[in-house]
Amino acid sequence: MTAYALHPQVGLRDERFGALAYHYGNRRLTFLNDARLVDVVRTVGEYDDVAAALDAAGVPAAARPAYVAALDRLRQAEVLVARD
Amino acid sequence: MRVTDRLARGLDAPICLTWELTYGCNLACVHCLSSSGRRDPRELDTAELFAVVDELAAMQVFYVNIGGGEPTLRPDFWDLLDYCVDSSVGVKFSTNGSRITPASAARVAGTDYVDVQISIDGADAATNDAVRGDGSFAMAVAAMEHLAAAGMRGFKVSVVVTRDNVDQLDAFRSLADRYDAQLRLTRLRPSGRGADVWDRLHPTADQQRQLYTWLVERPDVLTGDSFFHLSALGEPLPGLNLCGAGRVVCLIDPVGDVYACPFVLHEQFKAGSVRDAGGFTGVWRSSELFTSLREPDSPGACASCGSYDACRGGCMAAKFFTGLPLDGPDPECVHGHGEAALLHATRPLVGAGHSRSTPVLVPLTRRT
Repeated sequence: MTAYALHPQVGLRDERFGALAYHYGNRRLTFLNDARLVDVVRTVGEYDDVAAALDAAGVPAAARPAYVAALDRLRQAEVLVARD
Repeated sequence: MRVTDRLARGLDAPICLTWELTYGCNLACVHCLSSSGRRDPRELDTAELFAVVDELAAMQVFYVNIGGGEPTLRPDFWDLLDYCVDSSVGVKFSTNGSRITPASAARVAGTDYVDVQISIDGADAATNDAVRGDGSFAMAVAAMEHLAAAGMRGFKVSVVVTRDNVDQLDAFRSLADRYDAQLRLTRLRPSGRGADVWDRLHPTADQQRQLYTWLVERPDVLTGDSFFHLSALGEPLPGLNLCGAGRVVCLIDPVGDVYACPFVLHEQFKAGSVRDAGGFTGVWRSSELFTSLREPDSPGACASCGSYDACRGGCMAAKFFTGLPLDGPDPECVHGHGEAALLHATRPLVGAGHSRSTPVLVPLTRRT
């Protein structure tokens, strides 16, 4: 299964609504509007795959497809990078 | 709560801010927001600049937009850039290009943390130099050449849209493309010396529609959220479509005074100074002005207009400097409500700022 890490050029800043992610390379700002998603984004690089990262963050089974889709969008936005 | 509503209530630290390093400038653009020209003897010294960067780093401000005046005229400019990069505070600096040599271009191209914005206001020398001064177009183009040659990709070409250059949008785009740069368009504000030329140079209603259509078709053109008042024309333009003044952005001027945004260098919008006891952090988090700007907006005279949710009443600075009430329509309201209000408006008095006093050359003729 897919594995991700936070993009090395991205800075994350916690906010009351979630977090801001800023990419110093493409200079794009991304809003993360969900505290649990922020947890996943911050820690996803420490796990062997996305499923393990979602388990660790306590994402319920029913919410997984939404989180998987959100992570894929963040990869496209270069907030995350895919790992082998 | 939507993210934009949360942003309107303010963040613990700005997302980014504008930092004008000096009032000194080797040009004298007719629309200069900060009425720059001469340096101010009270400008922050190098140690004070570094102390501000330390605060920004601690607040996790992602990047600063450095400008002026012409920021590269400060002898410590490049040291400040290095200090920002070493502190993980990104920099985008605005310049007229006069100091972008092949060597400095290589320096800028060498780090992800530094971006450059070259200002031009016409796609040809005649249009540009009428606003920015003789030779300024050639100077800007030379800087773009140096940046491209150094391998800098995606730097910004920044244009203030005026009545005289709005027909050149495609030409600006081609110029930016030629150097692998990104075009950025911003709004002419009646601020600083801009107050003197706004009546003559701000786009007409037809030109505003033309600009809106052009921008909707080109979502990759940057605008710094400058034109959110045009969102009342239809679908919203890309961006937050929100006035970030004192909420997510602010301005630090060369003497360390903190204002709500780069377009309101006026006592009424001064929140404090980085030289105050609590530093920049104290001003950002607890100044009276910024606290009040984070209160929910009153739509005022715009309450009955169906477009208020789209345009949010427009730009505070544009209203203030044209003498309009802050809780009413923008002077460039696309429904024409601002034009009507302008007829009865009294503009605030503003000084010449740091403009150089141009000697008036009176030809001496002998009376015969």
